[in-house]
Amino acid sequence: MPKIKINDQEVNVENGITILQACESIGIEIPRFCYHEKLAIAGNCRMCLVEMEKSPKPIASCAMPVTDGMVITTNSPLVKKARNGVMEFLLINHPLDCPICDQGGECDLQDQAMSYGRDKNRFSENKRAVKDKNLGPLIKTVMTRCIHCTRCVRFAQDVAGVSELGATGRGEEMEIDTFIEKTISSELSGNIIDLCPVGALTSKPYAFEARSWELSKTETIDIHDALGSNIRVDTRGREVKRVLPRINEEINEEWISDKTRFAYDGLGCKRLDRPWVKKNNKLVESEWSDAFDVIAKKIQNTESNKIAAIVGDLADCESIFSLKKLFNIIGSPHTDCRQDGSVIDSSFRGSYIFNSEVCGIDKADFILLVGCDPRWEAPILNSRIRKRYLTGDLDVALIGSLPNRENGLTYPYSDLGSDPSVLNEIASGKHEITNKINSANFPMIIIGNSAVCRPDSSAIIFRIREISEKYNIVRGDWNGFNFMSSVASRVGALDLGFVPGQGGYDFNSIIENSENGNLDIVYLLGADEFSVDKLTNSFVIYQGHHGDIGARNADVILPGAAYTEKNATYVNLEGKVQRALKATFPPNEAREDWTIIRALSSVINSPLPFNNLVELRSLMENEHPIFSKIDLFQPQEWKEFGIDGAINKKSLGFSIRDFYMTNPITRASHTMGLCKNEYEKRIKSINS
Amino acid sequence: MTVNRKPASSEHQPKEFSFTKDNYELAIKELSKYPENRKASAVIPLLDIAQRQNSNWLPIAAINYVADLLEMPRIRAYEVATFYTMYNLAPVGENLIQICTTTPCALRGSKDIVDVCKKRLNINFGETTSDNKFTLLEVECLGACVNAPVAWIGDEYYEDLSKESMDSIIDQLKKGDLKLSPGSQIGRNGSMPMGQRNSLLDEGK
Repeated sequence: MPKIKINDQEVNVENGITILQACESIGIEIPRFCYHEKLAIAGNCRMCLVEMEKSPKPIASCAMPVTDGMVITTNSPLVKKARNGVMEFLLINHPLDCPICDQGGECDLQDQAMSYGRDKNRFSENKRAVKDKNLGPLIKTVMTRCIHCTRCVRFAQDVAGVSELGATGRGEEMEIDTFIEKTISSELSGNIIDLCPVGALTSKPYAFEARSWELSKTETIDIHDALGSNIRVDTRGREVKRVLPRINEEINEEWISDKTRFAYDGLGCKRLDRPWVKKNNKLVESEWSDAFDVIAKKIQNTESNKIAAIVGDLADCESIFSLKKLFNIIGSPHTDCRQDGSVIDSSFRGSYIFNSEVCGIDKADFILLVGCDPRWEAPILNSRIRKRYLTGDLDVALIGSLPNRENGLTYPYSDLGSDPSVLNEIASGKHEITNKINSANFPMIIIGNSAVCRPDSSAIIFRIREISEKYNIVRGDWNGFNFMSSVASRVGALDLGFVPGQGGYDFNSIIENSENGNLDIVYLLGADEFSVDKLTNSFVIYQGHHGDIGARNADVILPGAAYTEKNATYVNLEGKVQRALKATFPPNEAREDWTIIRALSSVINSPLPFNNLVELRSLMENEHPIFSKIDLFQPQEWKEFGIDGAINKKSLGFSIRDFYMTNPITRASHTMGLCKNEYEKRIKSINS
Repeated sequence: MTVNRKPASSEHQPKEFSFTKDNYELAIKELSKYPENRKASAVIPLLDIAQRQNSNWLPIAAINYVADLLEMPRIRAYEVATFYTMYNLAPVGENLIQICTTTPCALRGSKDIVDVCKKRLNINFGETTSDNKFTLLEVECLGACVNAPVAWIGDEYYEDLSKESMDSIIDQLKKGDLKLSPGSQIGRNGSMPMGQRNSLLDEGK
């Protein structure tokens, strides 16, 4: 370990880190624009200059690795003078438009100019003019503000894996640009807004909406995919103004997908804000008591085995648990949370979670993707695979197909075709890929949802388990068997056992029996991703927050709360239990979902045994102990699962066809609509 | 921004570009100097080959072609092509005359040289003659200050210029037959002093 001296203080630092990192480790803050922990080092802004003994000039601390015996000074007059000079140069071409700049108040340049800027300008020439760029519907550009730190360029290349941004021209004419007029084709593009240290790249939907200091900030959890990215929801009044990532190194590092970041405007549109009841074949606005009376009457006059419930993709654990309890009381076994028809069941937790953890990807040296498209089903997880790929020695193989888009995945992979019966060959050791699996130290299999929504899914799962055991993919110190859910509620709902009980119908049978008239009541808890037209023979109760597909045929609509409007629990794809906090209130008459179910239970004279969230949670933790460990990964013992059988040759697909339209919130979002159009335009121009 | 630094408008951009057989072989030879996984290193020579093939300018199709050939992202090749001023991104005349007007050349009379060119060719800096024979550019230091003033024509430097020598260069270029040899136009050998050596006289003693 090198021993260096910083400002007369001796420190032992790790080998291979930079001077800037060494300074940070003892709490000395170094100003910077281009340096960013998660990006490659560029060393081009020169703001981090420090003095080093025996060096005639100040050095860029972000790009200089520590060596033993270095003597660094960060607070000398020379350092101050050097940084002042750098700042003066940066400000020469930077416009003085802070009052109309959205970055104002959270701008690195503004902050650092307070300590290093001059109050007067010595530059009497004109500032340069730079044309604004069109980077699509999400990112607003004001390129005169750009200070050429190239963080966005490095992000696009390294993290997003789409090399579309670059610094063209030189000197005064240097510009950050795509060169050919083109929008960015990444689902992570919004992160360059956070990375931009100035106001050159800001959020288009948030433009001129609010100042950062006016917003209330709530730290919560995202539900647009199953990863459970940690987010911060900024609100003003009752309105969500923006969504930003929170740092969680184990899950999303500090990135979020564009869907997570920009779908929030859907929270204000097409909302169900009061109960509706169908009278004379027409939905009319009503009171809660009326709606409950109608339901209660219907339930009391219906045989218990003619009532079914389906849980949707965005439901929180509290409401799923309450609904399960309610159905236990009613006595109906027909409950299912798998509205995609998946066969993964709740009997063994290790079969439906991401056993290696997301951060386990950093260790993996071979990844076999089966019927999954990580890029759209879990974009941040995909960027983690790319990050691992960039460190070298990673082989990725794919069994399945990918949606029609510009770049397949953001890393090279060997295509094993889309026929899942190739798994048989791998299991018997005949396939050439087995050599790679054998030589890998930490092999990993990631199974996507599309692999478990088929009639032969049990056989596929069985075969993959066999492969996992045969090739040491699951062993004492490593579990490389991973199931990647693509919806936020799934793992939680399976943990709570929201699957058919003894003799109960699964999702497909519920639909079938409803069509045949065998089911009188179907309760949809935010279930929107299937054709509800088949439910017309049943009395449909829809509880949810958006007037989307599920509410279309409903007989009673109970308005619930969206993810930003309730204190709720979600389980992410790794099985980590995470708590979401209420950032704002549900609109008008809408209520938090578990309270609706609790209230309904009283109306049918069998009240659920809890009166508040604390009681509910303690009951839930009692019955399902995994919910008592918040934010912790809980490894599973390995067990047998899956059923041996024939795998048919029908090709494996992917579960998300349209990245920007995956749930009611995104479908209500104007911004997501624009993204979808932009995406379709790009695909068209490629195909033509 | 001078004429050659901005990409030509779309109507001037050819739709397609590919190397001729000879140039392709040249490119492969260039590529062989670099390891297989470091192909992108050859981007500068390959862009040069492309420019020479395409009447001394680089259309976007050519940059794309080179980037694809080298399996590098296209934007990385755009960055290179826009950074180096020797790549012309828009059509230039048959003879590209670049005159240095930085301090040493200015002191040694580059203004006269510029005047001769402007007058003879009837164009300003950044313009091309109507017969498409000449493009005139003003450039910063060409690094041949000892032999100022300097003009860079085609692949060669013409040094120690005077009004007369510039005049005759243009005459000969107009005829399409440049006989003057590059380098000093007053007979100096490299950068050695004119006439007798007057320093380092005791060398070798």
